[in-house]
Amino acid sequence: MLIQIKDLTKTYQRHNGAINAVDSLSFDIDKGSFITITGPSGSGKTTLLLIIGGLLRPTSGRMIYGGNELNLDSDEEMAIFRSNHIGFVMQSFALVPYLTAVENIMIALNVKNKNKAENRNRAIELLKWVGLDDRTTHYPRELSAGQQQRVAIARALANSPDLLLADEPTGNLDPGLSREILSILSKINKEQKTTIVMVTHSPVAAEYGDVKIHLQEGKLLGHSIMKKVFVS
Amino acid sequence: MRLTDLTLKELWHRKSQLLSGLLAITLGIGVIVGIRSISIVSEKAVSVNLDNLGANILILPQAASVDNYYAADIDAPTFPEEYVEKIVTSTLPGVDNLSPKLTRRIKLGNESVVLTGILPKSEIASKPIWQQGGLKAEQLIASCAPSKTPKKYLDAKLQRKGIDTLANNDCYIGYSIAQRLNLSEGSTLTLQNKEFKVTKILPETGTVDDDRVFANLHEVQSLLGTGEQISAIEIMGCCNEITDGLLGKMRNVLPDTRITTIGQIVSTQIKTNQLMNKLSLVFLIIIVFVGGISIGNYIWANVNERRKEIGILRMIGYQKRHIYNILILKAMIMGLTGGIAGYIIGTVAAVWLGPQFAGISVSPLYILLPVSIAIAIIISVTGSVIPAYMAGKIESFSNMQED
Repeated sequence: MLIQIKDLTKTYQRHNGAINAVDSLSFDIDKGSFITITGPSGSGKTTLLLIIGGLLRPTSGRMIYGGNELNLDSDEEMAIFRSNHIGFVMQSFALVPYLTAVENIMIALNVKNKNKAENRNRAIELLKWVGLDDRTTHYPRELSAGQQQRVAIARALANSPDLLLADEPTGNLDPGLSREILSILSKINKEQKTTIVMVTHSPVAAEYGDVKIHLQEGKLLGHSIMKKVFVS
Repeated sequence: MRLTDLTLKELWHRKSQLLSGLLAITLGIGVIVGIRSISIVSEKAVSVNLDNLGANILILPQAASVDNYYAADIDAPTFPEEYVEKIVTSTLPGVDNLSPKLTRRIKLGNESVVLTGILPKSEIASKPIWQQGGLKAEQLIASCAPSKTPKKYLDAKLQRKGIDTLANNDCYIGYSIAQRLNLSEGSTLTLQNKEFKVTKILPETGTVDDDRVFANLHEVQSLLGTGEQISAIEIMGCCNEITDGLLGKMRNVLPDTRITTIGQIVSTQIKTNQLMNKLSLVFLIIIVFVGGISIGNYIWANVNERRKEIGILRMIGYQKRHIYNILILKAMIMGLTGGIAGYIIGTVAAVWLGPQFAGISVSPLYILLPVSIAIAIIISVTGSVIPAYMAGKIESFSNMQED
């Protein structure tokens, strides 16, 4: 068991009343699993992902990581948790525009290790792993969308996270590139045993998960470890 | 990729914004450095003047100010040279060594110099620093001295000497102008179409004399076509007699003149310096507000523009203190850059404008460099504290939504 999520709720106050974006969700994330979260727009997929990643504070509920309860109210504790255990892959790639591919990875490494030479070597190694060793000094604007997403994946892997969170990682890519990125994520899950939680609209992308969670209006509509249950 | 590298990369990425952000603080520091450079040199000049100026009474045309005299404007008023004789024949006690002068600013090549006509024998070359420079002179003494024997003067600065001779085609050159025109003793130069031989390069005094060319008064009058007119009479008066109303008696003899003492001149100069110091302080206060607000505004705009980047950094594990550090480091770099740039601009302006407008040669004051940097950094960091604090509050999922 990597993470236990217990009774998580996130409530937003709107002018027409309170809305539960995530409503009393409880489930476990097993180590080495590949979880896909699907659901219509506004179902709370991204909100759930943000809470799991410690980027958004829930209104109530608990998260237990490796047997220890996380202090979800502490910004700094969650920042350390992110740098030690979490990698993010975003739909918009989230690369710093004035840093080269290798530097975008190095800024993630710098949080834990200040040795510049070691960080550079590690970053180049990761770029090689995603097939971009000939693009190390390219800026994001000089890379294609697929290449940018591969840099983002390399950065997410920089600190060898236990959990990789992906929010619509193929949302900005064409089908061919989407398959390429999904293959890389699958490879990470299988070869590095990294747990992956991926939010997606795409039924094809959802196929890559071995655990599927379907949300509707913030509630768990379905949860299956059996493949293809929701595909049909 | 350390925080410093990240900050420098970001600064370089937004160069034009950086320049506009630096403008206020650079110009502010530049103005302060410029004013301080001139006022410090001016203060030194007053001090040197006190030591080196032999005369202690100055007679000027009624319409002229002391500034007119030192600036040697082309239109500066004059009065007849015969006034010298009036004073001499008045037999006023306590008046010695009258030194008439005619001064005009002229062009010498591309240089602006003050041509000063002096009379040999009567010119008070009492300035100790001139004497140290080896100027041949006869010793003069004030009639009010306790004894007419020179050795009785315990203070060397009271020993007055007059210049022996100054032929019609001879001239003395101030130190600065000699340096700028690359003149040496024995060389020649042409003043108003007449050739003069440089008989002496005067030692550096730190006063307006460094930018002057001294020639025979009557020759200068002839060259400038002023007739027997002079700009001023410097007089070595006795302090006791001055206290006893000598100035009033002299005003009776020369009612259409302005008679002032060196004390008044120095006092005026000191007041001017004090005014400049106050001006520096006012500018410092202005720059603290304007520069601080300007940098703060820049950092605030920068934070808003970088919400996504800051969100990315927070997402990959950077803590709030890392974000504060990045922004404060940026403010420090801007302060450092603004301080250095302001120092250079202020110093260049002072060195260039000092001789043009204040009539003094200004040298770079290196002590102002660390002061400029320190002030600029303090202002810059102070102005950035609030934006940095607000940046720390940016939600780490700011970048999570699709563009």
